[in-house]
Amino acid sequence: MTLTTDKFVPTSGNADASQLLTDQEQQWVDKFMDETTLFLGPDPAIMRTHEIMPRTAYEEECIAQGIDPLEVDRIRKRLAGALDEAFEMCESMGAAPGAKWADLSCAVYTAEGDVTYLSNRGVIAFSAVLHHPIRYIMKNWKDEPTVGINPGDGFFHNDSRYGMVHNTDQSMLVPVMRDGIIIAWVGATIHEGENGACEPGGMPSGSESPFDDGLRASPIKIVEKGHLRRDLLTFLQHSTRDPKLMLADIKVKMGATRRIMDTVDRLIDEVGQETFVASLRVTVEDVETEVRRRIAELPDGTVTFNQFVDSTLKENILIKFACKITVTGERMIIDLTGTGPEILNRALNSPLASTKSFMSQAVLSYWWPDLPRSTGALSPIEIITEEHTWADAGYDAPVGQSLQASFRGFSALQSAFAKMQFSSPQKYSNVVAPWFNQINDFLWGGTTQNGEQVGNLCADLNGMGGGAKAFRDGENAVAPLFCAMADLGEQEVMEEEVPFLQLVSKRLVRDNQGFGKFRGGMGYEMMVASRGTPSWGFMTVTSGSKFSSVPGMFGGYGCPTYPLAMVKNINIYDIIKKDPSQFNLSMERVMNEQPFAGGDYQSGHMGLQFDVAKEGELYMIAQGAGGGYGDVLERDPELVVTDLELDRISAHVATNIYGVVWEADTFVVHEEKTNLLRAQMRQDRISRGKPYKEFVAEFVQEEPPKDLLYYGSWGQDNNEELLATHWGKIEPERVKGKIKDLPLIMVPDRRVLKISKLEARVRELEQKYGEETVHKS
Amino acid sequence: MRVPMTEYLLIDLDTERWICRVCAHDFGDARGNYKEGTLVYDRDPQEIHPPVIAPEKYEFTFSPDPAFCRILEFYCPTCGTQIEAEYLPPGHPPTVDMLWDIDSLREKWNAHGGNPEEVVNYGPGENAEADLSARFDSVAPHAHSRQNEGH
Ligand SMILES: [Zn+2]
Repeated sequence: MTLTTDKFVPTSGNADASQLLTDQEQQWVDKFMDETTLFLGPDPAIMRTHEIMPRTAYEEECIAQGIDPLEVDRIRKRLAGALDEAFEMCESMGAAPGAKWADLSCAVYTAEGDVTYLSNRGVIAFSAVLHHPIRYIMKNWKDEPTVGINPGDGFFHNDSRYGMVHNTDQSMLVPVMRDGIIIAWVGATIHEGENGACEPGGMPSGSESPFDDGLRASPIKIVEKGHLRRDLLTFLQHSTRDPKLMLADIKVKMGATRRIMDTVDRLIDEVGQETFVASLRVTVEDVETEVRRRIAELPDGTVTFNQFVDSTLKENILIKFACKITVTGERMIIDLTGTGPEILNRALNSPLASTKSFMSQAVLSYWWPDLPRSTGALSPIEIITEEHTWADAGYDAPVGQSLQASFRGFSALQSAFAKMQFSSPQKYSNVVAPWFNQINDFLWGGTTQNGEQVGNLCADLNGMGGGAKAFRDGENAVAPLFCAMADLGEQEVMEEEVPFLQLVSKRLVRDNQGFGKFRGGMGYEMMVASRGTPSWGFMTVTSGSKFSSVPGMFGGYGCPTYPLAMVKNINIYDIIKKDPSQFNLSMERVMNEQPFAGGDYQSGHMGLQFDVAKEGELYMIAQGAGGGYGDVLERDPELVVTDLELDRISAHVATNIYGVVWEADTFVVHEEKTNLLRAQMRQDRISRGKPYKEFVAEFVQEEPPKDLLYYGSWGQDNNEELLATHWGKIEPERVKGKIKDLPLIMVPDRRVLKISKLEARVRELEQKYGEETVHKS
Repeated sequence: MRVPMTEYLLIDLDTERWICRVCAHDFGDARGNYKEGTLVYDRDPQEIHPPVIAPEKYEFTFSPDPAFCRILEFYCPTCGTQIEAEYLPPGHPPTVDMLWDIDSLREKWNAHGGNPEEVVNYGPGENAEADLSARFDSVAPHAHSRQNEGH
C-alpha cells in the first residue's frame, strides 16, 4: 500500500482541455506528492516482480570492458568461499537455535539487489527473497536526506511484507561502496525465532491480524558507518521477548557481513571494481539464459498439481493450492489460479514474495541444483497469481504461519517436476517423489531454568522425511525441504538452555511411511515435557492431520496424517521416579494403554496455540514421511521384510499393502506365495476398478460435501471461480465467484461457535422440561 | 519411437497413443488424458494409512479422515499396475495431470536423434541409471526391434 497518486490521465474523447496539467504543473504535483508521501509501505512495483533488473548504465560500462569467463568463475569461487565462511560464523556464534542448525544463509547481491551468489549451505529461500528490500532501500532511502546510504551502514528488516520468507527471520544488508556509489550488497539472514508476536517463537499459528504477527520492521538503518545504533537496537529488543537474542545476533550478522566484505574488498583490489561488478552482473544474466535453455529441453505441455490443506491452524478446513505449469519452448508459466482466498483472521496466508521464494528453493535445490544460486533462476519463469488468495496475500492479511502456503509453492514445483523432467534425456537432478512439507515441531516459550525469557523452536523441523527416488527409498528424517544440509541439533546442549526434556526423540514410528515400490523416508516421534520452570508452554504450527500433506509419485502413496497427542494433568517425572519401568514411552503405548492414572489423554490437529505446559505433562508428535514412488506391489519383498524386521512397518502393511508372504519366525520371504498373492491383488484391482468415465460419473460432485469448509476452485475447468465458506450470519454458507467478487473471508472463533451450539441446546432442554428462565444478554 | 513419460507410461510417437510400459495396454490418445483409459477406485484412505493410536478413543490417529480425503487409485486395466494414486477431497474431479504437445515431443526427439528408451534415465548419479525400455519387450524380446515398427 504505497500512498502516491497516479499521474493525471485525461479521460478519452471529450476531456476538458482546461483540466490538463502542463508539464510544469505536473512536476509541481509530483514534487508535492514526493515530499508529502504519508507512508512508504511495501511497494507493489517492487514486491510483485521477481525478474532481474535491467543492466544499469554502470554495469553496461563495466561489461563493455570485456568478460573473461575464467576470471568470472574465479571471482564466484572466491565469493563462495567467503560466503561459506560467513555462514559458518553465523552457525557457530549465532544465539538463535535456528542459526545453530543452518537455518540461515549469506549472499552477495548486485547494486540493484539481484542475488548473484549464495552460501553453499543454508536456506536458499532466505537470500533469494532479499532483492525486494534492497530495491526498497535503493528507491526510498538512498536519496532520502534523513537516511542515506554510506559505507559501513547496515540495514535490518524482518517483515515479510517487504520481502522475507517469514517474520521470524532477520536480515543484515550492507552496501559495497566505491567513491560514493553503491556497486553491490552483501547480506546475512538468520531464522531468529522470537519476534514479539502474539505467541512466542515468531511463527504464531494463533495470529488473527497482521498486528499479531510480531515485529514489523521495514528496512531500517540499524548500523550507521560501522556503529550499531543503540536507540533502534533498544526499540527492537523492547519489541520482542528475547532482548539478548536480538543483540547477540545483530552483532553476529555484522561480523559475518564484515567477513564477506573483507573478501570483496580484497577481490576488488585485485581484479578492479569494473571486473567485479561485471562478474556479478553476468552471473545473474548467465543463470537466466541457462534456465531458459533448460526449460527448452523439457517437453512442451502442461502439468497440473493441486494440493489441499486441511487446517487454518485453528480449525480444520480444506483450502486448495492450485498449480498448473505450462512449458512452451523456452517459456514456462506457473499459474496458481484456482488457489483459495486469503482468510483475513487466520495465520496461514503468505505474501506473494514469500511464496515465490520457495519456488526459488525448489528450482535451485531440486530442479537445477548445479546452477549458481541467483535471482536469475526464477527470473525467466512467469508466475500468475491472484492477489488476495492465500498464496498471494494482501497487506491486511495475517501471515504469521505463511509457511503453510509458501511451502506449498515449493511442493507444487517439486512434485510437478518429476512429470516434467521424466522423459528428458538430460537431467540435473533425480526423479523424486514429494518431500515432506510440514514443520512438525514444537515451538516453545517461557522462563528458562536460568531465569531468562525465551521463545523459539526445536531443531526437529529439520527432520523431514525425504521423498522416495525412482531407484531407492527416501531417506528417513533427512533434511528440511528448505535446507539440504541442516542439523537436528544436540538435544543435550539444548537442555542446558531450555527447561524441558525430549523423553522420546528420534524413534521411527511404525507405518509412518509413504508406501511405494520405493518408500518415502520415515519420520520419527518426539515426546517433550517441561521441567524446572515457573512458566512454560508449547505450540505446534502445522496442518496435515486429516488430509495427507504430500502424495506419492507414479502410483506410490503419500504420507499418513499426523495428530498432536497430549497427556495433561500428570507429572511424568514423578511417575518414572516412582516406577522406572514406566519409562517405556511411545505415542502408541501411552495413548492406547493410557497407563497413567488421572491423566487427561487428548488428540488434536497440529495447530496448537500456545498451551501452558505444567511440569511433566506430555506432548507428543511425529515427524512426517516423504512420498512413495511407484506401485507398492513392485517393491522388492526383501525390502519389505527388512522394514518389518526393524518394526518400521506392521504385518498388516506388509501383507495388505505390499502383498508379501513371509516365514514368521525367520522373516524369510515366500517367493512363490508372494507372487501368487500379488497376482491376486492385481486381479482384485482390475475387478474393483471402474472405467474412468463411469467412475467420474459416480464420484464427481458439483460441489464439495456440504459440511466441508472448502476454499478454492472445484476441479480445474473453471479455476477462476472460487468457492469459499462465508459466515455472513451464524451458520456458514458457501459462496462462489471470482476472487474480486467474494466477500471478505473470516472464520469465527471456534469457542464462540461451540458456545452458541451449547446455548441452543440449553434452550431446547429448557423448553422440553418447561423450565422458565430469563436469559439476559 | 517410444518415449517413457512416467514410471509406467510411455507415448508411442508413431501411433500417438499412451501405452502401459509394463504390458503394452493402450490408454488412448497421447494428446489427451491418459487417465481416461484407466480403471479407477475410490479408496478409503484409512485402509492405506492405518491408525497408530486407537480410532475408537481419538479423532486424530495418523489415519486420514475419509470425509476430507480420498485416494483415487488408477490401475492399468490389463496388468493391474497402479500407475497413479491421487489424494483428493470427496467428489473433487480427478486432476488432468499431464497434457503433452506431441508434435513438439516428436520434433525434440528427432532433433536429439537417440532412442528415448535407451537414453532416458532417472537423473545424474550411477545408481540413477535405468533400463527404461518397455517391460513387455523383455517378456518377448524377439517381438520388437526397439525401433519404429510399422504400425
Ligand atoms: Zn499394464
